[in-house]
Amino acid sequence: MAKLEVTHLNKTYSPKIVPVKDLSLAVEDGEFLTLLGPSGCGKSTTLRLIAGLEQPTRGEVLIGSKNVTHRSAGDRNIAMVFQSYALYPHMTVFENIASGLKLRKTPVGEIQQRVAEASRVLDLDGLMQRKPSKLSGGQRQRVALGRALVRKPDVFLLDEPLSNLDALLREQVRAELKQLFQSQNTPVVYVTHDQTEAMTLSTKVAVLYKGDLQQLDSPQRIYSHPANQFVAGFIGSPQMNLLTLPCENSHALLGEARVPLPQVTEPQPAGQIVLGIRPEHLQVGKQPDCTAVRGQVFLIENLGMSDLVSMHVQNSELTLRALIANTTLKAGDELVLSLPPQQLHWFDIETRSRIPVQPETVAH
Amino acid sequence: MSNALRTIRGREHLTGWLLLLPALMLLALVFAYPILRAFWLSLFIENLGTNLEPVFTGLGNYVRMVGDGRFWQSLWITTIFTVIAVTIELVLGMAIALVLNESFRGRGLARTIAILPWALPTALIALSWQWIFNGEFGVWNDILLRLGILQEPINWLGEPGLALASTIAADIWKTTSFVAILLLAGLQSISEDLYEAHAIDGATPWQSFRQITLPMVMPQILIAVLFRFAQSFGIFDLVQVMTGGGPAGSTEVVSVYIYATVMRYLDFGYGAALVVITFLILVAVVAIAAFLLSKAQNRTEGV
Ligand SMILES: Nc1ncnc2c1ncn2[C@@H]1O[C@H](COP(=O)(O)OP(=O)(O)OP(=O)(O)O)[C@@H](O)[C@H]1O
Ligand SMILES: [Mg+2]
Repeated sequence: MAKLEVTHLNKTYSPKIVPVKDLSLAVEDGEFLTLLGPSGCGKSTTLRLIAGLEQPTRGEVLIGSKNVTHRSAGDRNIAMVFQSYALYPHMTVFENIASGLKLRKTPVGEIQQRVAEASRVLDLDGLMQRKPSKLSGGQRQRVALGRALVRKPDVFLLDEPLSNLDALLREQVRAELKQLFQSQNTPVVYVTHDQTEAMTLSTKVAVLYKGDLQQLDSPQRIYSHPANQFVAGFIGSPQMNLLTLPCENSHALLGEARVPLPQVTEPQPAGQIVLGIRPEHLQVGKQPDCTAVRGQVFLIENLGMSDLVSMHVQNSELTLRALIANTTLKAGDELVLSLPPQQLHWFDIETRSRIPVQPETVAH
Repeated sequence: MSNALRTIRGREHLTGWLLLLPALMLLALVFAYPILRAFWLSLFIENLGTNLEPVFTGLGNYVRMVGDGRFWQSLWITTIFTVIAVTIELVLGMAIALVLNESFRGRGLARTIAILPWALPTALIALSWQWIFNGEFGVWNDILLRLGILQEPINWLGEPGLALASTIAADIWKTTSFVAILLLAGLQSISEDLYEAHAIDGATPWQSFRQITLPMVMPQILIAVLFRFAQSFGIFDLVQVMTGGGPAGSTEVVSVYIYATVMRYLDFGYGAALVVITFLILVAVVAIAAFLLSKAQNRTEGV
């Protein structure tokens, strides 16, 4: 019932600063949408437009199919968790969490009960009479979540809620967040520039870049079928190998190797094409049905469970990076890598967008 | 003592006191000595009646004070002056600070202008206001007459009630800017996020002012009250220049009365006793305010 929709949203601060250009999205009940993108791409601005803290230049915001574009933030029944948590420093944890309910004139008994419930879920018992300055970062974060949860809003908005936590705590809270919001049947819009958060938490990811929506898809599809070269390079760690290759007849030339082009591709006017392959998909040695590339290792980075091996491709300026488990390779060694054809991504040299390969349109 | 010296903390304390000693001695010389000297003098009668020779009277001057209607009157006038001036200054100062805290074109200039009245010399301001309120040539009368609010010119500084109101107005004009700048510093330390979070929680601007702004700037408000109370209670120059305490003693604040006692009637012993009592009242009020301040600071900083 309470789904969130934005249509043709635009925010223009000045002719040069247009952080949101023409954004249309819908988030259903129980869906978890992540806005993902590099710093300054307009994620926070989008969230603030949805929250009503900022008026859009054009476009509409609908909550539960009601147009709320011109309603004030307090009238939209949304809850927002700020990056800074924005806890009221002079109020106790209890007062912080209860603030929104008190302002909406909720009966005292119900306030008590809802705060107690949130406190149990978030494990805040015993902290209720403390002031925020006497809490750890993780505890503050939970208080901020509590303040949102007790409101039982129509939409949850979260702006990089984990970025102030250390790496270990972040992982733990991320798991808690996932459980917490799975139990709430409410649309969630979550902003982050951390792709791991986006991939683990969301049911849908919107990748933004310079105010434009690059791709809106499930995390799996964003990973397996990046819509363009930007998404391909932005999602996945270590980064996808993206190689600009010359074409010859129906093949792209990778050094001495000849990679068959996807059948649908017209011969590129410039005679060039971008090939993408993730380091984790490259295989060691000559594999059947794969194009093999020969080269010389020049760098090995230990990532713990595997090594990231960089190699110069023979007879070219190109380099390839591959993830290889327990390798004994050293710099200077010869290496043969195979490119499994179903793991290749092709991008147009001009438009940078994905060139579909025939069977993939059916897959997924 | 030897025990204290043995612990590291004890030695640190001793070092601390040693380092403080020069500053303490300077303070004693500059503050403690004159205060004690005034107290000592207050135990003597030293006036024209004794040919300006000190004659010991014990607490005689203080007993005299109990029956001195003019003293109580001046204390009452000072209190009225202080309470009204400080209250209005706080309200106006807060309003101006809220405006200056918004971002608008020319805000820097507005902030600079706002501090000007405070930066000008008081005697100059008092003289200007004396002319503004002048019965015959004053601008204030002129404005009111032209607007049709007054039919006849009024001698503002010549009527007892009006004279006090006029001095209060001049004081408000001068020191509101000080209060505003002080409160502005407090407002600027409040993060915009808090207001946004509160707005999303459903608060109206007035509720945000009551529940966020006021509690968060309470330390600055109390500092302003403390400063302004101490200054206003001892106000001298503005009143002395504008009215000299008149008409009919209606603006005779404590400082003006003490000045008259000492400099006009040359009653040094009694004047010293007046100073001592005024001083004690001030110290008591400042102590209370400082106590409240530390409590408020603990609250906002969340202890
Ligand atoms: N009030 C404003 N006036 C003018 N420009 C603004 C304003 N707010 C944001 N911008 C600009 O809009 C762009 C997008 O800002 P936004 O805060 O949405 O980025 P973001 O994606 O959240 O980045 P980050 O990951 O660093 O938080 C930035 O270039 C920023 O400078
Ligand atoms: Mg942001």
